[in-house]
Amino acid sequence: MSLRSYLKAKLVPAALEAQITRIRKPIGSLGYDPWGYNNEVMKIGFSLTRHLYEKYFRVVCDGVDQVPAEGPVLIVANHSGQLPLDGVLIGYALASRETDPRMPRAMIERFFPTVPYLGNLLNEMGAVLGDPTNCAKMLANNEAVIVFPEGIRGSGKLYRDRYQLKRFGNGFMHLAMKHKATIVPVGVVGCEESIPAIANIKPLAKALGIPYAPVALPVVFPAKVHLNFGAPMFFDDTEIPEELVTERVEQVKAAISELIDKGLSERKRLF
Amino acid sequence: MTTTTRRPHILVTGAAGALAQQVINRLRDHCDLVAVDFREQVYLGDDIPSYCIDFNKRVFEDLFRRYDFDGVIHLGRVMSSQLTRMRRYNANVLGSQKLLDLSHKYGIKRVVVLSTYHVYGAVAYNPALIDEEAPLKGAGLSADLIDSVELENLANIYLWRYPDLNITVLRPCNIVGPGVRNSISTLLASEHAPVLAGFSPMMQFIHINDMADAIVLAYQKNHKGIYNVAPEDWVAYQHALALCGCKRIPIPSIPPILPRLILRALRLRSFPSYLMDFFKYPVVIDGRSFAKAFNFTPQRPLKEIFRFYRENKKPI
Repeated sequence: MSLRSYLKAKLVPAALEAQITRIRKPIGSLGYDPWGYNNEVMKIGFSLTRHLYEKYFRVVCDGVDQVPAEGPVLIVANHSGQLPLDGVLIGYALASRETDPRMPRAMIERFFPTVPYLGNLLNEMGAVLGDPTNCAKMLANNEAVIVFPEGIRGSGKLYRDRYQLKRFGNGFMHLAMKHKATIVPVGVVGCEESIPAIANIKPLAKALGIPYAPVALPVVFPAKVHLNFGAPMFFDDTEIPEELVTERVEQVKAAISELIDKGLSERKRLF
Repeated sequence: MTTTTRRPHILVTGAAGALAQQVINRLRDHCDLVAVDFREQVYLGDDIPSYCIDFNKRVFEDLFRRYDFDGVIHLGRVMSSQLTRMRRYNANVLGSQKLLDLSHKYGIKRVVVLSTYHVYGAVAYNPALIDEEAPLKGAGLSADLIDSVELENLANIYLWRYPDLNITVLRPCNIVGPGVRNSISTLLASEHAPVLAGFSPMMQFIHINDMADAIVLAYQKNHKGIYNVAPEDWVAYQHALALCGCKRIPIPSIPPILPRLILRALRLRSFPSYLMDFFKYPVVIDGRSFAKAFNFTPQRPLKEIFRFYRENKKPI
Protein backbone atom coordinates (compact mmCIF):
# COMPACT_ATOMS: atom_id res chain seq x y z
CA MET A 1 0.00 0.00 0.00
CA SER A 2 1.45 3.37 -0.95
CA LEU A 3 1.81 6.18 1.57
CA ARG A 4 -0.89 8.11 -0.24
CA SER A 5 -3.49 5.33 -0.07
CA TYR A 6 -2.55 4.59 3.57
CA LEU A 7 -3.06 8.23 4.57
CA LYS A 8 -6.28 8.37 2.61
CA ALA A 9 -7.65 5.24 4.30
CA LYS A 10 -6.69 6.61 7.74
CA LEU A 11 -7.72 10.21 7.32
CA VAL A 12 -10.47 10.54 4.78
CA PRO A 13 -13.95 9.46 5.87
CA ALA A 14 -16.47 8.47 3.20
CA ALA A 15 -18.64 11.55 3.75
CA LEU A 16 -15.66 13.84 3.19
CA GLU A 17 -14.65 11.95 0.07
CA ALA A 18 -18.18 12.36 -1.26
CA GLN A 19 -18.07 16.08 -0.39
CA ILE A 20 -14.93 16.60 -2.50
CA THR A 21 -16.06 14.33 -5.30
CA ARG A 22 -19.24 16.37 -5.74
CA ILE A 23 -17.19 19.53 -6.33
CA ARG A 24 -16.71 19.35 -10.07
CA LYS A 25 -13.26 20.20 -11.34
CA PRO A 26 -11.96 20.30 -14.92
CA ILE A 27 -9.45 17.46 -14.49
CA GLY A 28 -7.94 14.92 -16.86
CA SER A 29 -8.28 11.13 -16.95
CA LEU A 30 -5.70 10.61 -14.16
CA GLY A 31 -7.18 13.17 -11.77
CA TYR A 32 -4.78 16.05 -12.52
CA ASP A 33 -5.40 19.48 -13.96
CA PRO A 34 -2.78 21.49 -15.90
CA TRP A 35 -1.57 23.21 -12.71
CA GLY A 36 -1.00 19.95 -10.85
CA TYR A 37 -4.18 19.87 -8.75
CA ASN A 38 -4.91 16.29 -7.74
CA ASN A 39 -8.24 15.17 -6.36
CA GLU A 40 -6.83 12.32 -4.25
CA VAL A 41 -4.15 14.46 -2.54
CA MET A 42 -6.78 17.15 -2.04
CA LYS A 43 -8.91 14.73 -0.03
CA ILE A 44 -6.02 14.10 2.40
CA GLY A 45 -5.18 17.81 2.56
CA PHE A 46 -8.82 18.71 3.14
CA SER A 47 -9.07 16.20 5.96
CA LEU A 48 -5.93 17.55 7.68
CA THR A 49 -7.03 21.15 7.20
CA ARG A 50 -10.34 20.38 8.91
CA HIS A 51 -8.50 19.80 12.19
CA LEU A 52 -6.51 22.97 11.70
CA TYR A 53 -9.65 24.95 10.85
CA GLU A 54 -12.04 23.57 13.45
CA LYS A 55 -9.80 22.67 16.37
CA TYR A 56 -6.58 24.65 16.17
CA PHE A 57 -7.64 28.04 14.85
CA ARG A 58 -11.36 27.56 15.76
CA VAL A 59 -12.31 29.65 12.75
CA VAL A 60 -15.46 31.77 12.88
CA CYS A 61 -16.60 32.30 9.31
CA ASP A 62 -19.25 34.77 8.25
CA GLY A 63 -20.74 35.35 4.80
CA VAL A 64 -19.08 32.52 2.87
CA ASP A 65 -22.36 32.16 0.95
CA GLN A 66 -21.59 35.53 -0.65
CA VAL A 67 -19.23 33.68 -3.03
CA PRO A 68 -21.23 32.88 -6.20
CA ALA A 69 -21.92 29.19 -6.81
CA GLU A 70 -20.41 29.28 -10.30
CA GLY A 71 -18.53 31.46 -12.74
CA PRO A 72 -15.16 33.18 -12.40
CA VAL A 73 -14.56 34.65 -8.95
CA LEU A 74 -11.61 36.46 -7.41
CA ILE A 75 -11.55 36.16 -3.63
CA VAL A 76 -9.42 39.09 -2.51
CA ALA A 77 -8.10 39.14 1.06
CA ASN A 78 -5.55 40.76 3.33
CA HIS A 79 -2.36 38.73 3.71
CA SER A 80 -0.60 38.13 7.00
CA GLY A 81 1.23 35.69 9.25
CA GLN A 82 4.48 34.74 7.43
CA LEU A 83 3.02 31.43 6.21
CA PRO A 84 0.09 31.27 3.75
CA LEU A 85 -2.29 29.93 6.40
CA ASP A 86 -4.91 32.54 5.52
CA GLY A 87 -5.20 31.10 2.02
CA VAL A 88 -5.59 27.59 3.39
CA LEU A 89 -8.35 28.65 5.79
CA ILE A 90 -10.27 30.69 3.19
CA GLY A 91 -10.02 27.74 0.79
CA TYR A 92 -11.34 25.32 3.38
CA ALA A 93 -14.21 27.66 4.33
CA LEU A 94 -15.42 27.72 0.72
CA ALA A 95 -14.83 24.03 0.02
CA SER A 96 -16.69 22.96 3.16
CA ARG A 97 -19.73 25.20 2.87
CA GLU A 98 -23.08 23.41 2.95
CA THR A 99 -24.54 24.64 -0.31
CA ASP A 100 -22.61 24.75 -3.58
CA PRO A 101 -19.11 24.18 -2.21
CA ARG A 102 -16.26 25.29 -4.47
CA MET A 103 -12.62 24.34 -4.46
CA PRO A 104 -10.83 27.66 -4.86
CA ARG A 105 -7.28 28.03 -6.11
CA ALA A 106 -4.71 30.08 -4.24
CA MET A 107 -1.99 32.04 -6.03
CA ILE A 108 1.36 31.45 -4.30
CA GLU A 109 4.76 33.10 -4.27
CA ARG A 110 7.18 32.45 -7.11
CA PHE A 111 9.62 31.05 -4.59
CA PHE A 112 7.57 27.91 -3.77
CA PRO A 113 7.99 25.96 -7.04
CA THR A 114 11.74 25.85 -6.39
CA VAL A 115 11.30 24.13 -3.01
CA PRO A 116 11.48 20.31 -3.23
CA TYR A 117 8.41 18.38 -2.02
CA LEU A 118 6.59 21.48 -0.75
CA GLY A 119 6.15 23.03 -4.20
CA ASN A 120 4.59 19.87 -5.63
CA LEU A 121 2.46 19.32 -2.54
CA LEU A 122 1.04 22.84 -2.71
CA ASN A 123 0.27 22.37 -6.41
CA GLU A 124 -1.49 19.10 -5.76
CA MET A 125 -3.65 20.82 -3.17
CA GLY A 126 -4.74 23.49 -5.61
CA ALA A 127 -2.15 26.23 -5.12
CA VAL A 128 -0.85 27.82 -8.30
CA LEU A 129 2.18 29.92 -9.13
CA GLY A 130 1.13 33.58 -8.85
CA ASP A 131 1.44 34.43 -12.52
CA PRO A 132 -1.11 36.62 -14.35
CA THR A 133 -1.32 34.07 -17.18
CA ASN A 134 -2.21 31.34 -14.70
CA CYS A 135 -4.87 33.51 -13.08
CA ALA A 136 -6.33 34.50 -16.45
CA LYS A 137 -6.50 30.88 -17.66
CA MET A 138 -8.15 29.76 -14.42
CA LEU A 139 -10.75 32.50 -14.57
CA ALA A 140 -11.42 31.45 -18.16
CA ASN A 141 -11.98 27.95 -16.69
CA ASN A 142 -14.62 29.45 -14.34
CA GLU A 143 -12.51 28.83 -11.25
CA ALA A 144 -12.62 30.71 -7.95
CA VAL A 145 -9.16 32.13 -7.29
CA ILE A 146 -7.84 33.46 -3.97
CA VAL A 147 -5.51 36.43 -4.42
CA PHE A 148 -3.58 38.53 -1.96
CA PRO A 149 -2.81 41.78 -3.77
CA GLU A 150 -0.41 42.78 -0.99
CA GLY A 151 1.81 39.80 -1.91
CA ILE A 152 4.89 39.35 0.27
CA ARG A 153 4.48 42.92 1.50
CA GLY A 154 1.50 41.56 3.43
CA SER A 155 2.62 38.11 4.51
CA GLY A 156 6.05 39.33 5.61
CA LYS A 157 4.84 42.28 7.64
CA LEU A 158 5.96 42.63 11.24
CA TYR A 159 3.77 42.34 14.33
CA ARG A 160 3.88 46.08 14.95
CA ASP A 161 2.30 46.65 11.51
CA ARG A 162 -0.53 44.17 12.05
CA TYR A 163 -3.85 44.89 10.33
CA GLN A 164 -2.35 47.77 8.34
CA LEU A 165 -3.03 47.06 4.71
CA LYS A 166 0.03 47.44 2.50
CA ARG A 167 -0.09 48.66 -1.10
CA PHE A 168 -2.40 46.63 -3.35
CA GLY A 169 -1.20 45.77 -6.84
CA ASN A 170 -3.61 46.55 -9.70
CA GLY A 171 -3.16 43.23 -11.53
CA PHE A 172 -6.14 41.49 -9.94
CA MET A 173 -8.49 44.29 -11.00
CA HIS A 174 -7.35 44.11 -14.64
CA LEU A 175 -7.95 40.35 -14.61
CA ALA A 176 -11.36 40.71 -12.96
CA MET A 177 -12.39 43.31 -15.53
CA LYS A 178 -11.09 41.35 -18.50
CA HIS A 179 -12.68 38.06 -17.47
CA LYS A 180 -15.84 39.59 -15.96
CA ALA A 181 -15.01 37.93 -12.65
CA THR A 182 -16.90 38.73 -9.48
CA ILE A 183 -14.70 40.08 -6.68
CA VAL A 184 -15.48 38.89 -3.15
CA PRO A 185 -13.52 40.81 -0.49
CA VAL A 186 -12.47 38.92 2.63
CA GLY A 187 -11.16 40.30 5.91
CA VAL A 188 -8.91 37.86 7.80
CA VAL A 189 -8.38 38.48 11.51
CA GLY A 190 -6.20 36.25 13.68
CA CYS A 191 -3.46 35.08 11.30
CA GLU A 192 -1.36 38.13 12.24
CA GLU A 193 -1.07 36.66 15.74
CA SER A 194 -0.29 33.09 14.61
CA ILE A 195 3.40 33.83 13.86
CA PRO A 196 4.26 37.25 15.26
CA ALA A 197 7.56 38.49 13.81
CA ILE A 198 9.54 41.31 15.34
CA ALA A 199 12.10 41.81 12.58
CA ASN A 200 13.06 40.72 9.08
CA ILE A 201 16.70 39.79 8.39
CA LYS A 202 16.90 40.96 4.79
CA PRO A 203 20.54 39.91 4.08
CA LEU A 204 19.75 36.36 5.27
CA ALA A 205 16.62 36.25 3.09
CA LYS A 206 18.68 37.41 0.12
CA ALA A 207 21.39 34.84 0.79
CA LEU A 208 18.85 32.02 1.05
CA GLY A 209 16.82 33.22 -1.93
CA ILE A 210 13.62 33.46 0.09
CA PRO A 211 11.20 36.42 0.20
CA TYR A 212 11.87 37.28 3.88
CA ALA A 213 13.57 35.85 6.98
CA PRO A 214 11.41 36.71 9.98
CA VAL A 215 12.67 36.80 13.56
CA ALA A 216 9.91 34.86 15.27
CA LEU A 217 9.41 31.96 17.63
CA PRO A 218 9.35 28.65 15.74
CA VAL A 219 5.76 28.11 16.81
CA VAL A 220 2.42 28.70 15.15
CA PHE A 221 0.20 30.10 17.93
CA PRO A 222 -3.42 28.92 18.02
CA ALA A 223 -4.88 32.40 17.55
CA LYS A 224 -8.63 32.42 16.99
CA VAL A 225 -9.31 33.32 13.37
CA HIS A 226 -12.27 35.32 12.06
CA LEU A 227 -13.03 35.21 8.33
CA ASN A 228 -15.52 37.80 7.09
CA PHE A 229 -16.64 37.53 3.47
CA GLY A 230 -18.06 40.77 2.06
CA ALA A 231 -20.71 41.45 -0.57
CA PRO A 232 -19.67 40.57 -4.14
CA MET A 233 -18.35 43.48 -6.21
CA PHE A 234 -18.66 43.78 -9.99
CA PHE A 235 -16.56 45.97 -12.27
CA ASP A 236 -17.27 46.41 -15.98
CA ASP A 237 -14.60 45.89 -18.62
CA THR A 238 -14.62 49.35 -20.19
CA GLU A 239 -11.27 50.77 -21.21
CA ILE A 240 -10.28 53.14 -18.42
CA PRO A 241 -7.00 54.85 -17.52
CA GLU A 242 -4.79 53.31 -14.84
CA GLU A 243 -5.78 55.99 -12.30
CA LEU A 244 -9.38 54.83 -12.43
CA VAL A 245 -8.27 51.20 -12.11
CA THR A 246 -6.38 52.23 -8.97
CA GLU A 247 -9.57 53.88 -7.69
CA ARG A 248 -11.43 50.61 -8.18
CA VAL A 249 -8.65 48.78 -6.35
CA GLU A 250 -9.00 51.29 -3.51
CA GLN A 251 -12.73 50.46 -3.32
CA VAL A 252 -11.87 46.80 -2.81
CA LYS A 253 -9.17 47.71 -0.30
CA ALA A 254 -11.67 49.85 1.64
CA ALA A 255 -14.15 46.96 1.67
CA ILE A 256 -11.47 44.62 3.06
CA SER A 257 -10.48 47.21 5.64
CA GLU A 258 -14.10 47.41 6.83
CA LEU A 259 -14.28 43.62 7.05
CA ILE A 260 -11.05 43.55 9.10
CA ASP A 261 -12.52 46.16 11.47
CA LYS A 262 -15.66 44.04 11.76
CA GLY A 263 -13.56 40.98 12.62
CA LEU A 264 -11.49 42.92 15.17
CA SER A 265 -14.64 44.24 16.87
CA GLU A 266 -16.15 40.74 16.96
CA ARG A 267 -13.01 39.23 18.45
CA LYS A 268 -13.29 38.76 22.22
CA ARG A 269 -9.73 37.59 22.85
CA LEU A 270 -6.59 36.68 20.92
CA PHE A 271 -6.67 32.92 21.60
CA MET B 1 -13.73 13.01 -71.11
CA THR B 2 -11.76 11.86 -68.13
CA THR B 3 -9.18 13.94 -66.33
CA THR B 4 -6.43 12.40 -64.27
CA THR B 5 -5.52 14.36 -61.17
CA ARG B 6 -1.86 14.35 -60.27
CA ARG B 7 -1.11 12.73 -56.94
CA PRO B 8 0.68 15.11 -54.58
CA HIS B 9 4.44 14.61 -54.44
CA ILE B 10 5.73 14.91 -50.89
CA LEU B 11 9.21 14.79 -49.43
CA VAL B 12 9.27 13.30 -45.93
CA THR B 13 12.45 13.80 -43.92
CA GLY B 14 13.54 11.75 -40.89
CA ALA B 15 12.30 8.60 -42.57
CA ALA B 16 14.20 6.27 -40.26
CA GLY B 17 12.17 7.44 -37.30
CA ALA B 18 8.99 5.72 -36.11
CA LEU B 19 6.95 8.91 -36.42
CA ALA B 20 7.91 9.52 -40.05
CA GLN B 21 7.04 5.93 -40.90
CA GLN B 22 3.60 6.34 -39.34
CA VAL B 23 3.08 9.49 -41.39
CA ILE B 24 4.26 7.73 -44.54
CA ASN B 25 1.83 4.86 -43.95
CA ARG B 26 -1.04 7.32 -43.66
CA LEU B 27 -0.16 9.18 -46.86
CA ARG B 28 1.19 6.47 -49.19
CA ASP B 29 -2.18 5.45 -50.63
CA HIS B 30 -2.97 8.83 -52.12
CA CYS B 31 0.39 10.59 -52.37
CA ASP B 32 3.70 9.94 -54.11
CA LEU B 33 6.25 10.02 -51.34
CA VAL B 34 10.02 10.30 -51.24
CA ALA B 35 11.69 9.45 -47.94
CA VAL B 36 14.98 10.92 -46.77
CA ASP B 37 17.07 10.40 -43.67
CA PHE B 38 20.57 11.54 -42.90
CA ARG B 39 21.20 8.60 -40.54
CA GLU B 40 20.38 5.53 -42.61
CA GLN B 41 18.58 4.35 -45.71
CA VAL B 42 15.38 2.55 -44.82
CA TYR B 43 13.34 0.28 -47.04
CA LEU B 44 9.74 1.50 -47.08
CA GLY B 45 8.39 -0.55 -49.97
CA ASP B 46 8.95 -0.52 -53.72
CA ASP B 47 6.66 2.45 -54.23
CA ILE B 48 8.62 4.85 -52.01
CA PRO B 49 12.13 5.92 -53.04
CA SER B 50 14.24 6.18 -49.90
CA TYR B 51 17.56 8.00 -49.58
CA CYS B 52 20.25 8.51 -47.01
CA ILE B 53 21.41 12.08 -47.65
CA ASP B 54 22.83 14.90 -45.58
CA PHE B 55 20.73 18.00 -46.32
CA ASN B 56 23.88 20.06 -46.43
CA LYS B 57 25.29 18.10 -49.40
CA ARG B 58 24.72 19.33 -52.93
CA VAL B 59 23.19 16.05 -54.13
CA PHE B 60 20.18 16.82 -51.93
CA GLU B 61 19.03 19.35 -54.54
CA ASP B 62 18.88 16.56 -57.16
CA LEU B 63 15.85 15.15 -55.35
CA PHE B 64 13.98 18.42 -55.89
CA ARG B 65 15.00 18.43 -59.56
CA ARG B 66 13.93 14.84 -60.06
CA TYR B 67 10.65 14.55 -58.16
CA ASP B 68 8.90 17.92 -58.57
CA PHE B 69 7.63 18.06 -55.00
CA ASP B 70 4.43 19.81 -53.98
CA GLY B 71 5.07 19.63 -50.26
CA VAL B 72 7.64 18.86 -47.58
CA ILE B 73 7.05 17.23 -44.21
CA HIS B 74 10.19 17.95 -42.24
CA LEU B 75 10.41 15.51 -39.35
CA GLY B 76 14.14 14.87 -39.62
CA ARG B 77 15.46 16.76 -36.65
CA VAL B 78 18.08 15.49 -34.26
CA MET B 79 16.49 15.25 -30.84
CA SER B 80 17.77 17.38 -27.98
CA SER B 81 19.30 14.34 -26.28
CA GLN B 82 21.19 13.05 -29.35
CA LEU B 83 24.64 13.66 -30.76
CA THR B 84 26.71 16.73 -29.93
CA ARG B 85 25.68 20.37 -29.80
CA MET B 86 27.60 21.13 -32.99
CA ARG B 87 26.15 18.21 -34.96
CA ARG B 88 22.63 19.10 -33.82
CA TYR B 89 23.20 22.67 -34.96
CA ASN B 90 24.47 21.56 -38.36
CA ALA B 91 21.60 19.17 -38.94
CA ASN B 92 18.72 21.08 -37.35
CA VAL B 93 19.57 24.64 -38.24
CA LEU B 94 21.83 24.64 -41.27
CA GLY B 95 20.23 21.51 -42.76
CA SER B 96 16.75 22.93 -42.30
CA GLN B 97 17.80 26.21 -43.85
CA LYS B 98 19.01 24.35 -46.92
CA LEU B 99 15.74 22.45 -47.05
CA LEU B 100 13.66 25.63 -46.82
CA ASP B 101 15.82 27.41 -49.42
CA LEU B 102 15.34 24.53 -51.85
CA SER B 103 11.63 24.43 -51.06
CA HIS B 104 11.38 28.08 -52.03
CA LYS B 105 13.53 27.64 -55.12
CA TYR B 106 11.43 24.75 -56.42
CA GLY B 107 8.05 26.31 -55.71
CA ILE B 108 6.88 24.03 -52.93
CA LYS B 109 3.40 25.01 -51.70
CA ARG B 110 3.20 23.34 -48.32
CA VAL B 111 5.77 22.76 -45.57
CA VAL B 112 5.19 21.17 -42.16
CA VAL B 113 8.06 21.45 -39.67
CA LEU B 114 8.28 19.38 -36.50
CA SER B 115 9.60 21.35 -33.54
CA THR B 116 9.43 20.53 -29.83
CA TYR B 117 7.98 21.98 -26.62
CA HIS B 118 11.58 22.17 -25.33
CA VAL B 119 11.82 25.57 -27.03
CA TYR B 120 9.74 27.11 -24.20
CA GLY B 121 12.38 26.07 -21.66
CA ALA B 122 11.76 24.63 -18.21
CA VAL B 123 11.78 27.42 -15.63
CA ALA B 124 10.23 27.59 -12.19
CA TYR B 125 8.12 30.58 -13.21
CA ASN B 126 6.45 28.96 -16.21
CA PRO B 127 2.69 29.37 -16.15
CA ALA B 128 0.66 26.32 -17.12
CA LEU B 129 -1.03 26.07 -20.53
CA ILE B 130 1.65 27.99 -22.39
CA ASP B 131 0.40 29.66 -25.57
CA GLU B 132 2.20 29.72 -28.88
CA GLU B 133 2.94 33.45 -28.34
CA ALA B 134 4.97 32.80 -25.18
CA PRO B 135 8.68 33.71 -25.34
CA LEU B 136 11.05 30.86 -26.16
CA LYS B 137 13.27 30.65 -23.12
CA GLY B 138 14.94 27.35 -24.06
CA ALA B 139 18.08 28.89 -25.56
CA GLY B 140 18.62 31.12 -22.54
CA LEU B 141 18.69 28.13 -20.21
CA SER B 142 21.07 25.85 -22.01
CA ALA B 143 23.32 26.21 -25.03
CA ASP B 144 22.29 22.64 -25.84
CA LEU B 145 18.79 23.81 -26.78
CA ILE B 146 19.94 26.61 -29.08
CA ASP B 147 19.47 24.46 -32.19
CA SER B 148 15.81 23.80 -31.31
CA VAL B 149 15.07 27.50 -30.86
CA GLU B 150 17.09 28.49 -33.92
CA LEU B 151 15.20 25.99 -36.07
CA GLU B 152 12.00 27.73 -35.01
CA ASN B 153 13.41 31.18 -35.67
CA LEU B 154 14.42 30.04 -39.12
CA ALA B 155 10.99 28.60 -39.85
CA ASN B 156 9.45 31.88 -38.62
CA ILE B 157 11.60 33.97 -40.93
CA TYR B 158 10.67 31.82 -43.91
CA LEU B 159 7.04 31.87 -42.79
CA TRP B 160 6.72 35.61 -43.33
CA ARG B 161 9.35 36.09 -46.02
CA TYR B 162 8.00 33.37 -48.31
CA PRO B 163 4.26 33.12 -47.59
CA ASP B 164 3.83 30.80 -50.61
CA LEU B 165 5.66 28.05 -48.71
CA ASN B 166 2.66 27.91 -46.32
CA ILE B 167 4.79 26.78 -43.40
CA THR B 168 3.17 25.17 -40.37
CA VAL B 169 5.38 24.59 -37.33
CA LEU B 170 4.19 22.00 -34.83
CA ARG B 171 5.43 22.06 -31.23
CA PRO B 172 4.35 18.74 -29.75
CA CYS B 173 4.55 17.69 -26.12
CA ASN B 174 6.34 14.40 -25.27
CA ILE B 175 5.79 11.97 -28.14
CA VAL B 176 5.63 8.42 -26.81
CA GLY B 177 4.52 4.97 -27.87
CA PRO B 178 5.83 1.93 -29.77
CA GLY B 179 9.09 2.54 -31.60
CA VAL B 180 9.72 6.02 -30.21
CA ARG B 181 13.37 6.41 -29.21
CA ASN B 182 13.38 9.84 -27.56
CA SER B 183 14.58 10.40 -23.99
CA ILE B 184 11.18 10.32 -22.27
CA SER B 185 10.11 7.16 -24.10
CA THR B 186 13.37 5.48 -23.10
CA LEU B 187 12.76 6.43 -19.48
CA LEU B 188 9.17 5.15 -19.45
CA ALA B 189 10.31 1.90 -21.04
CA SER B 190 13.15 1.29 -18.60
CA GLU B 191 13.07 -0.70 -15.38
CA HIS B 192 14.59 2.14 -13.37
CA ALA B 193 14.32 5.83 -14.07
CA PRO B 194 16.00 8.77 -12.35
CA VAL B 195 13.87 11.43 -10.69
CA LEU B 196 14.91 14.62 -8.94
CA ALA B 197 14.02 14.15 -5.28
CA GLY B 198 11.00 16.27 -4.37
CA PHE B 199 10.17 17.29 -7.93
CA SER B 200 7.45 15.74 -10.05
CA PRO B 201 6.47 18.26 -12.72
CA MET B 202 3.25 18.00 -14.69
CA MET B 203 3.81 16.51 -18.11
CA GLN B 204 1.83 15.87 -21.27
CA PHE B 205 2.18 12.86 -23.51
CA ILE B 206 0.89 12.28 -27.00
CA HIS B 207 0.76 8.84 -28.58
CA ILE B 208 2.85 8.45 -31.73
CA ASN B 209 -0.27 7.45 -33.72
CA ASP B 210 -2.08 10.60 -32.60
CA MET B 211 0.96 12.70 -33.46
CA ALA B 212 1.11 11.11 -36.93
CA ASP B 213 -2.59 11.95 -37.37
CA ALA B 214 -1.85 15.52 -36.29
CA ILE B 215 0.98 15.87 -38.84
CA VAL B 216 -1.18 14.49 -41.65
CA LEU B 217 -4.01 16.85 -40.68
CA ALA B 218 -1.58 19.77 -40.52
CA TYR B 219 -0.37 18.93 -44.03
CA GLN B 220 -3.82 18.47 -45.50
CA LYS B 221 -5.53 21.51 -43.95
CA ASN B 222 -3.66 24.54 -45.08
CA HIS B 223 -3.44 26.74 -41.95
CA LYS B 224 0.03 28.15 -41.81
CA GLY B 225 1.44 29.27 -38.47
CA ILE B 226 2.79 27.85 -35.26
CA TYR B 227 0.82 25.42 -33.16
CA ASN B 228 1.30 23.49 -29.93
CA VAL B 229 0.14 19.89 -30.17
CA ALA B 230 -0.92 18.31 -26.87
CA PRO B 231 -3.94 16.46 -25.54
CA GLU B 232 -6.02 17.97 -22.75
CA ASP B 233 -4.74 15.53 -20.17
CA TRP B 234 -1.93 15.87 -17.67
CA VAL B 235 0.03 13.71 -15.27
CA ALA B 236 2.90 14.23 -12.84
CA TYR B 237 6.21 12.74 -14.04
CA GLN B 238 6.70 10.42 -11.06
CA HIS B 239 3.09 9.23 -11.29
CA ALA B 240 3.63 8.46 -14.98
CA LEU B 241 6.72 6.40 -14.11
CA ALA B 242 4.76 4.49 -11.48
CA LEU B 243 1.99 3.75 -13.98
CA CYS B 244 4.61 2.46 -16.42
CA GLY B 245 6.01 0.12 -13.78
CA CYS B 246 9.31 2.02 -13.43
CA LYS B 247 11.21 2.04 -10.18
CA ARG B 248 12.15 5.59 -9.33
CA ILE B 249 15.77 6.37 -8.44
CA PRO B 250 15.86 9.71 -6.61
CA ILE B 251 18.77 12.03 -7.30
CA PRO B 252 19.45 14.71 -4.65
CA SER B 253 17.97 17.92 -6.01
CA ILE B 254 19.38 20.66 -3.79
CA PRO B 255 21.58 22.59 -4.17
CA PRO B 256 20.86 22.61 -7.94
CA ILE B 257 24.53 22.17 -8.82
CA LEU B 258 24.54 18.72 -7.16
CA PRO B 259 22.13 16.90 -9.51
CA ARG B 260 23.82 18.60 -12.46
CA LEU B 261 27.20 17.23 -11.42
CA ILE B 262 25.75 13.78 -10.76
CA LEU B 263 24.03 13.67 -14.15
CA ARG B 264 27.15 14.92 -15.92
CA ALA B 265 29.12 12.12 -14.27
CA LEU B 266 26.50 9.49 -15.13
CA ARG B 267 26.21 10.66 -18.77
CA LEU B 268 22.77 9.08 -19.19
CA ARG B 269 21.54 9.54 -22.72
CA SER B 270 17.93 9.52 -21.60
CA PHE B 271 18.48 12.03 -18.79
CA PRO B 272 21.18 14.49 -19.90
CA SER B 273 22.11 17.19 -17.41
CA TYR B 274 21.01 20.02 -19.73
CA LEU B 275 17.48 18.58 -19.91
CA MET B 276 17.36 18.16 -16.11
CA ASP B 277 15.05 21.13 -15.57
CA PHE B 278 12.36 19.47 -17.71
CA PHE B 279 12.16 16.87 -14.93
CA LYS B 280 12.03 19.60 -12.29
CA TYR B 281 9.69 22.32 -13.52
CA PRO B 282 6.54 21.89 -15.58
CA VAL B 283 6.27 22.97 -19.21
CA VAL B 284 2.56 22.48 -19.83
CA ILE B 285 1.51 23.69 -23.28
CA ASP B 286 -1.93 24.66 -24.51
CA GLY B 287 -2.89 22.56 -27.54
CA ARG B 288 -6.40 23.96 -27.92
CA SER B 289 -5.55 26.28 -30.78
CA PHE B 290 -4.33 23.38 -32.96
CA ALA B 291 -7.26 21.18 -31.90
CA LYS B 292 -9.71 23.89 -32.98
CA ALA B 293 -8.00 24.96 -36.22
CA PHE B 294 -7.47 21.40 -37.46
CA ASN B 295 -10.41 19.70 -35.76
CA PHE B 296 -7.98 17.37 -34.00
CA THR B 297 -8.85 15.09 -31.10
CA PRO B 298 -6.26 12.63 -29.78
CA GLN B 299 -7.66 9.11 -29.61
CA ARG B 300 -5.28 7.29 -27.25
CA PRO B 301 -5.73 8.06 -23.55
CA LEU B 302 -2.82 8.25 -21.11
CA LYS B 303 -3.79 4.97 -19.46
CA GLU B 304 -3.43 3.13 -22.77
CA ILE B 305 -0.04 4.74 -23.40
CA PHE B 306 1.26 3.75 -19.96
CA ARG B 307 -0.18 0.23 -20.24
CA PHE B 308 1.93 -0.30 -23.34
CA TYR B 309 5.11 0.61 -21.46
CA ARG B 310 4.12 -1.46 -18.42
CA GLU B 311 3.39 -4.55 -20.47
CA ASN B 312 6.51 -4.29 -22.60
CA LYS B 313 9.09 -3.94 -19.87
CA LYS B 314 10.76 -7.19 -20.78
CA PRO B 315 10.71 -7.63 -24.54
CA ILE B 316 10.99 -11.21 -25.78
